[in-house]
Amino acid sequence: MSEPPTAGLARREFIKRVIASGAVASAATYVYGGLAGCVGQSRLTAGGVERLVSLNVNGQVRRVDVLPQETLAMTLRYKLGLTGTKLGCDRGECGACTVMLDDITHNSCSVLTHSVRGRRVVTIEGVRGPNGELHPVQQAFIDELSPQCGFCTPGQVMSAVALLKRNPHPTRDECRAALAGNLCRCGAYDNYLNGVLRAAAAGAA
Amino acid sequence: MSYKLLGQNFTPPDVYAKVTGQAKYAEDFRAEGMVFARLLTSPMPHARVRGIDATAALALPGVVGILLPSDVTPIPAPNPPILTDEPQFVGEPILAIAAQSETIAQDAIELIRLDLEPLSFCVDPLQALHPDGPDTRADGNNVGAQGLKPQKLKWTAADFDQAGAGRLPLGKAAEDWSYGDVEAGFAKSKVVYDDSFVTASNSHHSLEPRTAFSYWQNGKCFVHGSTQSQSFVVPGLAQLIGIKPDQLVYVSEFCGGGFGSKGAAFPSMAIPALLSKKIGRPVMMRISRAEEYYIGHARNGFQGRVKLGFAADGRLLAADMFLIQDGGASNGFYDFRNAADALSVVYQPQAMRWRGVPVYTNSPTRSAQRGPGENQIACILEPLMDRAARDLSLDRLELRRINAPQAGSKVGSNRRPLTSSYLREAQAIGAKRFGWADRLARSGRRNGTKVTGIGIGQAYHPAGFSGFDGLVRITPDGKLHIHTGVGNLGTFSHSGTARIAAEVLGFDWEDCIVERGDSRRHLPWNIGQFGSNTSFTMARTNYVAAMDALAKIREIAAHDLGGKPQDYDVDAKGVFARAHAARRLSYGKVAQRAIELGGRYSGQELPRDINPMTRTSATALAGTGLIGVAKDNLPVGGETAAFACAFAEVEVDLETGQRRIVDIVNVGDCGTVIHPMGLTTQLKGATVQGISIATLEHMILDPQNGLPGHVGLYQARPATYLDIPPEMNVDWVNQPDPTSPLGTKGIGEPPLGAAASAVLSAISDALGGHVFNRTPVKVDMILNAILKRPAAHGPLQVNTD
Repeated sequence: MSEPPTAGLARREFIKRVIASGAVASAATYVYGGLAGCVGQSRLTAGGVERLVSLNVNGQVRRVDVLPQETLAMTLRYKLGLTGTKLGCDRGECGACTVMLDDITHNSCSVLTHSVRGRRVVTIEGVRGPNGELHPVQQAFIDELSPQCGFCTPGQVMSAVALLKRNPHPTRDECRAALAGNLCRCGAYDNYLNGVLRAAAAGAA
Repeated sequence: MSYKLLGQNFTPPDVYAKVTGQAKYAEDFRAEGMVFARLLTSPMPHARVRGIDATAALALPGVVGILLPSDVTPIPAPNPPILTDEPQFVGEPILAIAAQSETIAQDAIELIRLDLEPLSFCVDPLQALHPDGPDTRADGNNVGAQGLKPQKLKWTAADFDQAGAGRLPLGKAAEDWSYGDVEAGFAKSKVVYDDSFVTASNSHHSLEPRTAFSYWQNGKCFVHGSTQSQSFVVPGLAQLIGIKPDQLVYVSEFCGGGFGSKGAAFPSMAIPALLSKKIGRPVMMRISRAEEYYIGHARNGFQGRVKLGFAADGRLLAADMFLIQDGGASNGFYDFRNAADALSVVYQPQAMRWRGVPVYTNSPTRSAQRGPGENQIACILEPLMDRAARDLSLDRLELRRINAPQAGSKVGSNRRPLTSSYLREAQAIGAKRFGWADRLARSGRRNGTKVTGIGIGQAYHPAGFSGFDGLVRITPDGKLHIHTGVGNLGTFSHSGTARIAAEVLGFDWEDCIVERGDSRRHLPWNIGQFGSNTSFTMARTNYVAAMDALAKIREIAAHDLGGKPQDYDVDAKGVFARAHAARRLSYGKVAQRAIELGGRYSGQELPRDINPMTRTSATALAGTGLIGVAKDNLPVGGETAAFACAFAEVEVDLETGQRRIVDIVNVGDCGTVIHPMGLTTQLKGATVQGISIATLEHMILDPQNGLPGHVGLYQARPATYLDIPPEMNVDWVNQPDPTSPLGTKGIGEPPLGAAASAVLSAISDALGGHVFNRTPVKVDMILNAILKRPAAHGPLQVNTD
């Protein structure tokens, strides 16, 4: 999966093609009402059998049956009860579903679950401390009143946490670049940036 | 006036859940036996469904049910239907299928055989008015709006011929108003301009699609929805489902963005409820991003023409505006009326005429979007103010100052007086923070290939609904419960305005509980969270409920401790005699006594004029404490309006046409400030969305096939982190409005139009005063202007890239 789906290619078609060919087919088919994600076995698609896999999610081993075409976002939300990971577009445009895989941010709507076996998955539910204390990024987002509607917030938190892990003292421009994949339609960008910098100053890393 | 809580920052009770992922939005709920629904949406911009063959779809293992247009509550046209057999735009839902998994539901959708008869369609309002233009609806009606009956209105060929190239024809209007002698005003004017313009429609792009989840239990229908309002949704949604409001349990504790598109019940919310009723299983209907662009509404676009006449001193003597509104496939919103009022309010022309035609097209349903009408027209008018100032050799700020409204200034359409206006103060605060006088020296300054522009923008929105109910409750544990049905759009004003009740009663915020987001929490009938109204309307309802509670508290004190009610006052802990502070009752004791006394003290007797929803809620709470409940019958003194004024500096690259916003200052006139941090987020968020509508966002519909070209976030282009200026500064006037009990009024919408028009004013300034008369202003337009080439599109063309 080296390329994103081409413009206008619905996820469903994309996933079908990936499964059918093992590679991303290039196509510009216009599909109306393109389906977001899948949670069941498709009768029309070859090769859809659930397999039991072990995943490392938020430091715990979770055993779960997954379909070949199942995205990590759907597994987290519909099979592991981790609904903090949000689906805003289900096609890698908005960043609401951001999680960390081995400390690197990914759009979980665009990662197939079976591909994360053996990797450390961390979701918004996994960033708090062992006693439930807020991560400094979460506390800073409260102190700066960063969220508005809150729907993009889990993704913003994940991108900020990942940034501070690799760069504990970012500049404002580095924060902008690191969070640029997280859309906020409420336009709370300035307050999120203030929050990341506040967390950095508090020694978030 | 100094307050204990008002004007102070606080941590809103819902923010913790937002940063931890614990906040539950509609798609986060589950129920045993839940199935998934998918929609079959129209592939054509206008068609009649002649037949639906679902045999193969229903035979697919795992499919549990289908909902057809004939199964749903009929909605009178032109209001958008729940499901339709005459789709009016690409993406309009025709049917829904429920299955054990979403994948199976979609597989089934693909097995449906649809027999469609294509019908004529049109995606350009001006073309729909042309005598040879195609019909947009099967009944031939092409014009209509809320409060204006659907009708057929075609202009004559002569209307089009007389206009001349690039000018909006002035055919028959569907609505009009005027005041003063407009022609005399133009005759007296030193300069007169006549401009035709286009403002693009743009989607709302709420980050949470309008997913809904529903099930039936013990005779009640439960709906988990994504709406910016709570109580306001209930009657409309109950009607869509075909039940009584008290048979509906509605939960919308969190809403992932609405911006006007989720203010009231919308048709797709009823689909899972109706499917669930039919098949007896809980139904989750997730809405995809593409579907959100189909059914998630959009701002009304305009094709317009405005004639402005200015005196030598810059005073606007006369204005004459004609607006064609693109209403999409249904009534849309009344942006076209609001825009006219905005011109009349912000610039106070001595005489004005307005004419308007709201047109149906075969494009997605429109609805109010943050500053509906006021903000589009600000984008057009502000650069025109700059041009007048330049031609008259006046300072651009001064021209705006002398035309600005003050308290008592009139609104164009209804000639009602403004209850307050501190636009001039906002201009002055902004000019000072921005350094207007000094920055002007940078206007037109070259730095390599880049040139600097300086701009001002302004906008307004009426913010004065009233007549809703307030409901508060003090319980024997000494807590104050503020029941609020307003909604959770992300402004935190559900709690900001709840603090008004606490302020009146002297409570510490730690002893307050905001009850909201779920009709089982017994909520009053409240306005929806829209229209910049929460901080005015909800301030009034919470005030009257608290005042009712206060009167009852004093009566109980007098009853138990002697003396008269007016001998008593309240503080954080309870009620006490003013003359003998030791003679007191704690709030817990007061609540206990209210329960013992019964009657109106504990909600057993209720005021007659409250809404049935409030009555039901208060009745359910009766006997649990001291109940304060009242309808907002406070006097209304005129039109309450909010204003904003913004200043921007931009750099335009003369080689690439790219623009960079260097910084921006946005100042609100919002009455008494309730919550400074919340206000800051509103001003900044509106600024980001303003940058968006000025330079990025638009709907595009292919005129050949009616296909939308804006069904992804990357195509419809809301602003990202990379589009905002490195510095965003905001400020406010903080002067009370006299008709609001504590002086508060809303602010959500005007700063969007102010920011958008400030950016456009600055871009024009960088280009030596070039006026685009169009939104959004894109790179190609800037390049063509620099190269003095004609634009790539006609002046009235819509759906341009």
